[in-house]
Amino acid sequence: MTVESSAARKPRRSAAGKAGTTGSKTGTTAGTTGATGTKRTTRTTRSTAKKSTDPELVQLLTPEGKRVKNAEYDAYVAGITPDELRGLYRDMVLTRRFDAEATALQRQGELGLWASLLGQEAAQIGSGRATREDDYVFPTYREHGVAWCRGVDPTNLLGMFRGVNNGGWDPNGNNFHLYTIVIGSQTLHATGYAMGVAKDGADSAVIAYFGDGASSQGDVAESFTFAAVYNAPVVFFCQNNQWAISEPTERQTRVPLYQRAQGYGFPGVRVDGNDVLACLAVTKWALERARNGEGPTLVEAFTYRMGAHTTSDDPTRYRGDEERLAWEAKDPILRLRRYLEASDHADEGFFAELEAESETLGKRVREAVRAMPDPDHFAIFENVYADGHALVDEERAQFAAYQASFADEGGH
Amino acid sequence: MAEKMAMAKAINESLRRALDADPKVLVMGEDVGKLGGVFRVTDGLQKDFGESRVIDTPLAESGIVGTAIGLALRGYRPVVEIQFDGFVFPAYDQIVTQLAKMHARSLGKVKLPVVVRIPYGGGIGAVEHHSESPEALFAHVAGLKIVSPSNASDAYWMMQQAIQSDDPVIYFEPKRRYWDKAEVDFEAIPAPLHKARVVREGTDLTLAAYGPMVKLCQEAADAAAEEGKSLEVLDLRSVSPLDFDSLQASVEKTRRLVVVHEAPVFFGSGAEIAARITERCFYHLEAPVLRVGGYHAPYPPARLEEAYLPDLDRVLDAVDRSLAY
Repeated sequence: MTVESSAARKPRRSAAGKAGTTGSKTGTTAGTTGATGTKRTTRTTRSTAKKSTDPELVQLLTPEGKRVKNAEYDAYVAGITPDELRGLYRDMVLTRRFDAEATALQRQGELGLWASLLGQEAAQIGSGRATREDDYVFPTYREHGVAWCRGVDPTNLLGMFRGVNNGGWDPNGNNFHLYTIVIGSQTLHATGYAMGVAKDGADSAVIAYFGDGASSQGDVAESFTFAAVYNAPVVFFCQNNQWAISEPTERQTRVPLYQRAQGYGFPGVRVDGNDVLACLAVTKWALERARNGEGPTLVEAFTYRMGAHTTSDDPTRYRGDEERLAWEAKDPILRLRRYLEASDHADEGFFAELEAESETLGKRVREAVRAMPDPDHFAIFENVYADGHALVDEERAQFAAYQASFADEGGH
Repeated sequence: MAEKMAMAKAINESLRRALDADPKVLVMGEDVGKLGGVFRVTDGLQKDFGESRVIDTPLAESGIVGTAIGLALRGYRPVVEIQFDGFVFPAYDQIVTQLAKMHARSLGKVKLPVVVRIPYGGGIGAVEHHSESPEALFAHVAGLKIVSPSNASDAYWMMQQAIQSDDPVIYFEPKRRYWDKAEVDFEAIPAPLHKARVVREGTDLTLAAYGPMVKLCQEAADAAAEEGKSLEVLDLRSVSPLDFDSLQASVEKTRRLVVVHEAPVFFGSGAEIAARITERCFYHLEAPVLRVGGYHAPYPPARLEEAYLPDLDRVLDAVDRSLAY
């Protein structure tokens, strides 16, 4: 298949220099220098690829937890301490625990729906931890791990899934925008925000999350165009989790997604989305490019949606267990644990403590959701407009009168 | 200071004033920069305010509105141009699912002060997709405000107010009135943005319109006066919210109402006005509320638009039918 054969091509990061929009600055960033850098990437990925059909991608930790060298990206995680490594592990474990709790709460009828991130923890924690406080994140509706990294209280994410609000947190509180359900829309918001950052002369960067399904959306294509022509400081972080509900990635594209960037004139890189170190390094690199005025980058994090699309989905209708089993062997948490253990960076006490912390988090989330009250009926009319609207006022008054008519009956 | 000028020039002056007063105001759209817009509404603005504030965009309407949302999230106040009415639909998703709802979704934390300018309506002999009146498609969406000036003075002031609004405003510009001149007083105290205005007092019947049809209604009132009929003309100015209080006050006086717009009457703003005025003024009405507007057919080729669009005779025909009850 075309996808298979073209997947074997090396990442075309050198394309940016040729295309011109990222221009002469490309060569000034560490690790982005054209031909030699690309060669090194190729050598690294070849050494870790088991079969010729495996896609080439940037990988720093093998599924077995073995650290492999990468000349281009090692620099971005070179100073990482054992404490920070344990931190990444903790982030992934707690995010998975939170996610499992939310799935359970949906099964118990406490949430109307849940979109699980199971399997995508490394992509989200690695990229999320690469962001700086003043950076701005535009998520889809599945970025629970990124939200965690940004310091958003996980219980805030559950309001919309419980049906008590349609968003509900202040995006500017953590520079983490509201979840966006319409596929791909947020990539344009991210691009516009990044254009604003550039106008302000700030050195913040913006990261837009989306998936393999969203890559087919016109808005995503338009966001690539706008970001490229205005050289906007935005990182497009595509979590290719192989499935858009029931449709495999082959229904979205005939070329590896990261290669789409080439046509727009900015670099695209594929990273092992189940390797938290690689995701951290590649995203840091891409964010630095943005900060340095080198424009947008597309990062394709090659990962797998271990669970259903949402709790309403039944993946047994469209995919087999063997695929899942193959991906379980590449589990993002397991591989970092193996690395931590092999390097003596974590002992039994650490893991036991984390287990207890996970359970505490689960309990806190459970209790917070169950305590979440239904909103007041009049919330329907709140915040429809910033400056008010005569019709909303009129209908609110009518609704109040109607409600009051029941109160009168009840009183008798 | 007052000056007589065409509506297109008045909007240009208003944009210029806003760009001058607030560094966060941006103008963006296709061909708005060097060319000054296909109708020259943004003429000279890029020259005076630079390419980073008057932005020629890629040819992608969803991208224009979507990035404007992002810029607004960053604290900017973008005024975006959709080149023609029929080209807004690629942006319809961003306008309806994102622009309109962000304030509510964020529980009031996020404001999106974006103005979407849309030259609209027919009567200029244009090709397909250049003459439509899609205002009802936006009025149905909570979170948006929809206005349409009928003259140069309103065009100037309503643009000032639209830009100052913390809500997204769809600003429909009646392109066939772009070259009509009127006095614009730059130091006036403008009426509230969503308030209708009685442009001609009358006693026998109310003609209600906005944008391009106000002038036609004034002409119809002139013609009716020659026949001894006294028509009141109400310039609604705003489609969402609609100033039902002014409509009600007028109809309680005249007891008859004809609504005129270029958009198809089926599910048009006239239908909503008819329903609500019937509720509010049931015992005052001497006749059902009548509507004059486009037909339930695609906007016709230019050589048929004269037959499609409301004109003096069709308005007067509706007036006669109303008065016959």
